[in-house]
Amino acid sequence: MPDAAGNAPPILKVDGVTLQYKTTEHLVTATYRVSFEVHRGDRFVLLGPSGCGKSTLLKGVAGFMSPVEGAMSLNGRTIDRPGPDRMMVFQEFDQLLPWKTVLQNVMFPMECAGKWRGAEAAARARHFIEKVNLTKFADVYPHMLSGGMKQRVAIARAMAMEPEILLMDEPYAALDALTRRKMQEELLELWDDVRFTVLFVTHSIEEAIVVGSRILVLSPHPGRVKAELNCHQFDHTAQGGTEFQTLQRRIHDMLFAERIEAEEADAHG
Amino acid sequence: MVDATSRIVPPVRPEFELRDVADAQFGEVERPLSAFERVWNQTWVRRATIVVVLAAVWEIYGRTLNNPLIFPAFSDVAQAFWHDFAKGPLLSRMLTTLQVLLLGYAAGLSLAAVFTTLAVSTRFGNDLLSTLTAMFNPLPAIALLPLALLWFGLGIPSLVFVIIHSVLWAVALNTHTGFKSVSDTLRMAGQNYGLRGVSYVRKILIPAAFPSILAGLKIGWAFAWRTLIAAELVFGVSSRSGGLGWYIFENRNLLETANVFAGLLTVIVIGLVVEGVIFRAIEARTVRRWGMQR
Repeated sequence: MPDAAGNAPPILKVDGVTLQYKTTEHLVTATYRVSFEVHRGDRFVLLGPSGCGKSTLLKGVAGFMSPVEGAMSLNGRTIDRPGPDRMMVFQEFDQLLPWKTVLQNVMFPMECAGKWRGAEAAARARHFIEKVNLTKFADVYPHMLSGGMKQRVAIARAMAMEPEILLMDEPYAALDALTRRKMQEELLELWDDVRFTVLFVTHSIEEAIVVGSRILVLSPHPGRVKAELNCHQFDHTAQGGTEFQTLQRRIHDMLFAERIEAEEADAHG
Repeated sequence: MVDATSRIVPPVRPEFELRDVADAQFGEVERPLSAFERVWNQTWVRRATIVVVLAAVWEIYGRTLNNPLIFPAFSDVAQAFWHDFAKGPLLSRMLTTLQVLLLGYAAGLSLAAVFTTLAVSTRFGNDLLSTLTAMFNPLPAIALLPLALLWFGLGIPSLVFVIIHSVLWAVALNTHTGFKSVSDTLRMAGQNYGLRGVSYVRKILIPAAFPSILAGLKIGWAFAWRTLIAAELVFGVSSRSGGLGWYIFENRNLLETANVFAGLLTVIVIGLVVEGVIFRAIEARTVRRWGMQR
């Protein structure tokens, strides 16, 4: 694994970003002065319990929200709107367009953005559908696929665009444990193959360590940076090992130390 | 606390693992359905059966009543229908009605498209459409006919006006509801690809809201039909080349009850064809194929 090449500038810079959104009754501060940098080839994980603003942060990077403080830039350009250079994979299965087949779904963003067209787009789409092992299902409509297959299509669709950075918002959270593990392995294989850059949001410590190469740990209410850790040395095979468990425990304590003490008082339900 | 003696403990049983699962005893794994089951699974067969049964009941009742002036039997009506369709005025009446209907329907749909576009693009448009639909949707189109006659006189413009009124609000309301219920994930996905403005509406919102839009088109069609026939009954009286409504009215005056039924039958048949052939074909190619509707 090539270590960050020292002088190469990061592709994504998030600098002191505070994000707020309004509900009908409150103004919620989701993240407070969060900074981090993502380098090319990173599998950068945003990890934290619910309410730490990690999904909001991802939406900010995607361009769906603008920060009230701080700045976000991709390759030096300030992020001010959504765009196909930051393809997003959502948690929800309904992110595929139900009126298009798998192949058409993968081709759709390519043609919308005008990056590739016609036969070339179709060829690229088939190539990436093959990479996520769905060749047999290319001409099937999404409602006939299982949840895991739909997420694979969404990943193929995003990767086919060759985005600067791939944004994944808890993509495996709604899957069963076996499928999730398989999908994590597939993602790592794909990364080994294509070497894309991914910003991955999860609330599972285990998933963060397995999938990520670097983890940004966020604390909740509002989300603030608690730590930035390396985990590029771990994959599924390391899972039983002591180093893996040490890291897992370390992050766990970081996130839940205070809460456990608070909860122990009113436990025993 | 639960008493220790009453706590249920399942017995511990020996484990086992089978090397080969014998496959001879499965019996039938898959069996083709019988010919009858397959035919009966066709929707149109079941529906046609209902129609045939209804026609049979009608025929029996008409014959036992034996009073063609009040309630002619099905065979009389079919005969009158056939006669007037082939030689009489029924075909031309029907074409007149369909012409006006299509004109009004198309105009209503265009206006609905304008209103919904306004409603999804601006907040003012949204308020405008919501208020107007709340005001005018409950207002029966036929109640506007006296006004329409005053403004546009006797003739097609008045009919088109009331049809537009009956189509516009129902279609706009459904389409707008459909747009509003498009999921955030799909919206974000579309914006993520850089889609904006018209192409965003065309490529994401319209297909995603298509089930509601289609429902609106169907309701609009039914409303247009009812309004038109009712309007023709009222003022076909002084119009020489009337439509189906006028045909029904005229034959009632002549006490040709079988022909009145034939007129009603025509309305029903056209409704069935549009619903069962045109809308059904659209549904099969779109929402049902996409799994958005069963």
